[in-house]
Amino acid sequence: MLNWLKYGYLSLVYLLLYLPIGVLLLYSFNASKNPYRWGGFSWHWYERLWQNTALIDAAANTLLLAISAATLSTLIGTLTAIALQRYRFRGKRFLNGMLFVVMMSPDIVLAISLLALFILVGVQLGFLSLLLAHVTFCLPFVVITVYARLSGFTPQILEAARDLGASEFRMVRTVLLPVISPALLAGWLLGFTLSLDDVVVSMFVTGPTFEILPLRIYSMVRLGIKPEVNALASVLLLLSLAALVGSQYLLTRNAPHTP
Amino acid sequence: MRGREPFRIAVLLLIWGWIVLFVLLPNLLVVATSFLTRDDSRFISWQLTLDNYLRLVDPDYLGVFGHSFYMALVTTLLCLLVGYPFAYLLSRLRPSLKPYLLFLVIVPFWTNSLVRTYAMKLLISVNGLLNKLLLTLGWIDTPLRMLYSEGAVIAGLFYILLPFMILPLYAVFEQLRPELLEASRDLGAGRWRSFTRVVLPLTLPGIIAGSLLVLLPAVGMFYVADVLGGAKNLLIGNVIKSQFLDARDWPFGAAASLLLTVAMAVLLYAYYLSVNMIRRPDNDAELA
Repeated sequence: MLNWLKYGYLSLVYLLLYLPIGVLLLYSFNASKNPYRWGGFSWHWYERLWQNTALIDAAANTLLLAISAATLSTLIGTLTAIALQRYRFRGKRFLNGMLFVVMMSPDIVLAISLLALFILVGVQLGFLSLLLAHVTFCLPFVVITVYARLSGFTPQILEAARDLGASEFRMVRTVLLPVISPALLAGWLLGFTLSLDDVVVSMFVTGPTFEILPLRIYSMVRLGIKPEVNALASVLLLLSLAALVGSQYLLTRNAPHTP
Repeated sequence: MRGREPFRIAVLLLIWGWIVLFVLLPNLLVVATSFLTRDDSRFISWQLTLDNYLRLVDPDYLGVFGHSFYMALVTTLLCLLVGYPFAYLLSRLRPSLKPYLLFLVIVPFWTNSLVRTYAMKLLISVNGLLNKLLLTLGWIDTPLRMLYSEGAVIAGLFYILLPFMILPLYAVFEQLRPELLEASRDLGAGRWRSFTRVVLPLTLPGIIAGSLLVLLPAVGMFYVADVLGGAKNLLIGNVIKSQFLDARDWPFGAAASLLLTVAMAVLLYAYYLSVNMIRRPDNDAELA
């Protein structure tokens, strides 16, 4: 009886978490034009999406932005994690604190502060401003992912490389990077998902020349419910899901070996 | 000598440059803006004033802020009520099952929250599935108008933020050693007493962390209010957004955002203090 109650409750919460997503996916295959009446299975709305060049452009922009932001934040985030793990320098606690601030502050606070900066400095709102903003909010997550991997790493290997005469750069490139590469990929995928999922920050720092999918969905959703949105939202959902599954797989399969 | 290596210097320069330029400077800009005067042509003019803060205590805005905090608070309590038993049950499952079920909690956590808000709208709208279900069951005669209400905003926030509550709670339940419960039973404590005297205090850091992770983002999620709440159920995020993007009153928007940041900092500090207070007995035990 107690077991029944236990699994019943767990299932109920999972149902709560997945029912809306499930309904969305289901309706995206709805043949009927009426968004609330099931008219049989059809790829119609996905075909409509495919023919909509404005949407295809927005999707391409979204991917370009997410890939660039993930790559750049992985690069900078990895270097930051290495510095925090290995180097002693002045203001380390402050740097840590700043990364914590980025992670904890509400998106909207980050958004307006970056908008103020871009306007003041004169950065044109568009791809560049979006990229800089996305890299900034992805950064702490990459740092945490890579830092965790570095912590489970024996420093003696690095000492050995150094004793054999490797410079710092060479040591990082030939010894450290290969060992932490699963964390790099996982960090990249997390950055990719974060960039893909962001609405708030993008809303503020976007410009008229560069349209991305989440903002497109936002403007469509505000006006009401259209069947195309279901297909579009489903595509975005599956993209983030794929990136997430990939990052989790990498993180659990290649957990650091501690001898 | 070691500190002078070019690679090390380049790395530190890059990181510091990025943090100062894109984190520190922008935040200082917002603080400065909140003390300046609005200007129609150049966003702001260099005239120092406290007006923006005085306008925050205007009854209209105070009403919006109060309502916003109220909705966020109800969301937090709901998440706690549903998430606490859930996290407990999850932590007591077979080890072979756990990673998969935990992964199923993380998935919604990482998927687009706007898309999930929209999915919620689809579910609860007048012709939506929920109404159809209730009609079929015969529980209601006419479809309920759930959309564009306070309840819809709370439902949306709850749906989006529930994983943020479950994950920290799950972490503390994982650390909770079952022997402690057995010990309290052996010492004659009943179920309720074991819960209030052993489980609750030990899981308090998770409760507080989860509550903050729900409460803090909740007030900023303007799109949830936009999609589900209609014109009357605004969040602080909506106020800030409209000041920056529609009304073009940056100084006032900056002041509102600073208020939000300060409230957040106070809550985080309270969290830090409470965690320290809970950990103290352990430290004493180690010293003894």
